[in-house]
Amino acid sequence: MTGIVYFSSVSENTRRFVERLDLPAERIPLRPKDGHLRVDHPYVLFTPTYGGGNGQGAVPKQVIKFLNDVHNRSLIKGVVAAGNTNFGAAYCLAGRIIARKCKVPHLYDFELLGTAEDVMHVRQGLGHTWLQH
Amino acid sequence: MTVSEKLPLVSRVQAINWNRIEDEKDVEVWNRLTNNFWLPEKVPLSNDIQSWATLNEDEKWMTTRVFTGLTMLDTIQGTVGAVSLIPDAFTPHEEAVYTNIAFMESVHAKSYSSIFSTLISTPEIDEAFRWSEENEHLQRKAAIILDYYRGDDPQKRKVASTMLESFLFYSGFYAPMYWSSRAKLTNTADLIRLIIRDEAVHGYYIGYKYQKGLEKESPARREELKDYTFGLLLDLYDNEEDYTEALYDPLGLTEDVKAFLRYNANKALMNLGYEGLFGKDQTAVNPAILSSLSPNADENHDFFSGSGSSYVMGKAEDTEDEDWDF
Repeated sequence: MTGIVYFSSVSENTRRFVERLDLPAERIPLRPKDGHLRVDHPYVLFTPTYGGGNGQGAVPKQVIKFLNDVHNRSLIKGVVAAGNTNFGAAYCLAGRIIARKCKVPHLYDFELLGTAEDVMHVRQGLGHTWLQH
Repeated sequence: MTVSEKLPLVSRVQAINWNRIEDEKDVEVWNRLTNNFWLPEKVPLSNDIQSWATLNEDEKWMTTRVFTGLTMLDTIQGTVGAVSLIPDAFTPHEEAVYTNIAFMESVHAKSYSSIFSTLISTPEIDEAFRWSEENEHLQRKAAIILDYYRGDDPQKRKVASTMLESFLFYSGFYAPMYWSSRAKLTNTADLIRLIIRDEAVHGYYIGYKYQKGLEKESPARREELKDYTFGLLLDLYDNEEDYTEALYDPLGLTEDVKAFLRYNANKALMNLGYEGLFGKDQTAVNPAILSSLSPNADENHDFFSGSGSSYVMGKAEDTEDEDWDF
């Protein structure tokens, strides 16, 4: 079964979105001392976009470290990104970068905590598209 | 009165140590803000002079009033708002971030003057400022926010500040995005996008610090602050509706602007950790306005709906470690 892997900074925005999905999820550790996450099943990755405008450092370091693990990278099935339209062209840029690098679909974008419609949409989409596999 | 009588001098001064960090968000936001630093002189506003000449009188009237209104809000945030947050800071690094925010708000306020001096004459500038100083809705907006900045509740100050950064500017920001969507005043729009980007980081950070403060509060007090936040938002929203009508009714744009206001009101609430108040139908922002916010991000990333997604299944190729050096 496909699961969810997510990263969320101390602002916890992405965590709150993922919790509202009410689906099995694992969190990428925030600090190096919290260890390294290694997954053993296919997953959809949820990540915020960092940087804010100039396109640098859009993918959080922790997510890069997680994906640098070849085993983890081999199991990614898709990516959902969070962002803020105020950042213009960098809106949800982390999703576009990861989709391109990992050759997986960029499934969905949401802003900040996401809306009730976003939660419903992603839940349905994940249910139909991924979770039965 | 001497300075020492006005300011209670601390008995011992703490020197800020950036090598001992209590909240990593302070460093992250400091880096983000300093990387994003800009000055209005880098934007070639004078290229908009010809475009400005194509606007009719009503359009020019609306646009100048929008910019004086924005100047007022940035003045408040630069000289009162962000500064008033400094004594409430939890960490010395948070204080430093507020000084950066305060300074950038002053850069924003000055930017509007660059736009004015490029596009219109001194008497027209004075007339537009007079309108803003006499407009009751703009004054009321300023009065509500200033009241909280001068109040004695640090948490409410952060709420008011986040409302300003993430919501109250947008009745004004609509106008340059509208012009940009019609390929007018495009350099002005470039400058406004830089301001919009800064305000997003400011709203995010102040909202985050509000949520950190909330962790220390009792359940009853959390409830009180939540009620206060939604109450303040609705008061401000009512006033924004009137202000929007005064600015945009002559051009028939009012309803379009209001959707943009509600969309941003929801984002202000989200920055404070609450769910949005306005539903999907009330926040359906004109796609032309959304795409002028993100001039290059014209891809639709809703893979699930299968409509308009730009995704094409690629051929698998193993990635190398150096691919990840970004």
